[in-house]
Amino acid sequence: MSAPQVGSMPDISYNFAYLDEQTKRMIRRAILKAIAIPGYQVPFAAREMPMPYGWGTGGVQVTAAVLGPDDVLKVIDQGADDTTNAVAIRGFFEKTAKVATTTSTTEASIIQTRHRIPETRLRDDQILVYQVPIPEPLRFLEPRETETRQLHALSEYGLMHVKLYEDIARHGHIATTYAYPVEVAGRYVMDPSPIPKFDNPKMDDCPALQLFGAGREKRIYAIPPHTTVRSLDFEDHPFRVQRFARPCALCGATGVYLDEVLLDDRGGRMFVCSDTDYCTTRQEEGHRGEMSPPARDAQEDAA
Amino acid sequence: MPAALALGFRDPVFDAQASFRAAMWALARPGTPCPLDVALAPPAPLAPEAAALVLALCDYETPLWLDAPLSAVPEVAAFLRFHAGAPLVGEPGEARFALIADPRAMPGFEAFAQGTPEFPDASATLIVQIEGFTDEHFTDGGFMLEGPGIEGSVRFGAAPLPADFVARMAANRALFPRGVDLLLAGAGHVAGLPRSVTVGEG
Ligand SMILES: [Zn+2]
Repeated sequence: MSAPQVGSMPDISYNFAYLDEQTKRMIRRAILKAIAIPGYQVPFAAREMPMPYGWGTGGVQVTAAVLGPDDVLKVIDQGADDTTNAVAIRGFFEKTAKVATTTSTTEASIIQTRHRIPETRLRDDQILVYQVPIPEPLRFLEPRETETRQLHALSEYGLMHVKLYEDIARHGHIATTYAYPVEVAGRYVMDPSPIPKFDNPKMDDCPALQLFGAGREKRIYAIPPHTTVRSLDFEDHPFRVQRFARPCALCGATGVYLDEVLLDDRGGRMFVCSDTDYCTTRQEEGHRGEMSPPARDAQEDAA
Repeated sequence: MPAALALGFRDPVFDAQASFRAAMWALARPGTPCPLDVALAPPAPLAPEAAALVLALCDYETPLWLDAPLSAVPEVAAFLRFHAGAPLVGEPGEARFALIADPRAMPGFEAFAQGTPEFPDASATLIVQIEGFTDEHFTDGGFMLEGPGIEGSVRFGAAPLPADFVARMAANRALFPRGVDLLLAGAGHVAGLPRSVTVGEG
């Protein structure tokens, strides 16, 4: 039941999933209140974790408090399972909790994420844990915590609308493309973490439970399954997601979020799925894009 | 440890995690009872399901209030003090958690902490022992629930509950984002009624 010995890493304790039981109870109580008050930021006594803040210590603490021995954990960073950050967090839970991990969205019971929501529609038995750097959507408009708390208490979100409308005045459209603010269950305005606004519609009526953890700012918030999540907008400037001119160059997918990949130093480039599991799965199913290798090699290329 | 003291979780780490997960999904899907599989044998009238939730969620940081049938039995307090370490309080308004064995006689929700406009999370969670849930196919005596966590609406019933339960829940909902949250525990399950839920007559 206890975590394995990990030799050269002295900062890894023997508690299941690193955190002691008292800390887990405190975080668990915060999670329950967060679920009961959708979109409200619950303060919690965040602990030091054996990794830098920028690495998603809030998400790691939420995952550690929720995780059980039968869970299957997936960790993504910008849609990819193989970045340094994702590999480190996955390794952390493999060592401290001995849980099974996966890169498959469909096989995972808990998905910890930084900056993306998977393209595959989530199920009602899944938990999506977001790593959040700045949980307060009003922070850049009002630096004082006592003031932002008051604004949330009064549902006074006029400042946020003014900010978005200044975008329109300056750029002709709302220029915010990441961490685009949402209203949860008709009440709290919430920062969805720095996901592209492309992903905002996936939060609405999502069957999975969505949990958000901010380590440095010590906040936990949540969106229960099947909750209304509306991106802020204006009647004359309705919310719109990014559109991509071409399908994914490797799997031909449309209606997904694409990353630009440079192919050479002469300006050659292609656009491919940011969600690598989604792209790989499609390639394995035989879907092809304009840059796909010949059909017989497609399987090897994806593996 | 006195010989008469009933045992706590067989596996304190994983039983607590499993009980928390049941409570978490219960509040995330209001009105859908989640299995709560524990092998506790707490002193009566404390029920195993409610005891599991207290052991999973409470500790020295969470003042706990017991209703009259529970506080009348010293073995209940001894069990909770020993296994959860939660301070027992006499005033419901001081409690972070309240444990209720007789739902029909439970105090009005206004007796409990309901949070503040700035900190609505500083409110009580009521763990209410019930005898059973009515399944989703029954047609009368239940409630219709709507709100976050529910796709459309869901039929829900549990017994026993206070006669004025719908009115209480309506008043609680009207306070949102303040209010109390309920965990109804019994018959091997826990169901959640967070403050966000709207309860109507079935
Ligand atoms: Zn693709």
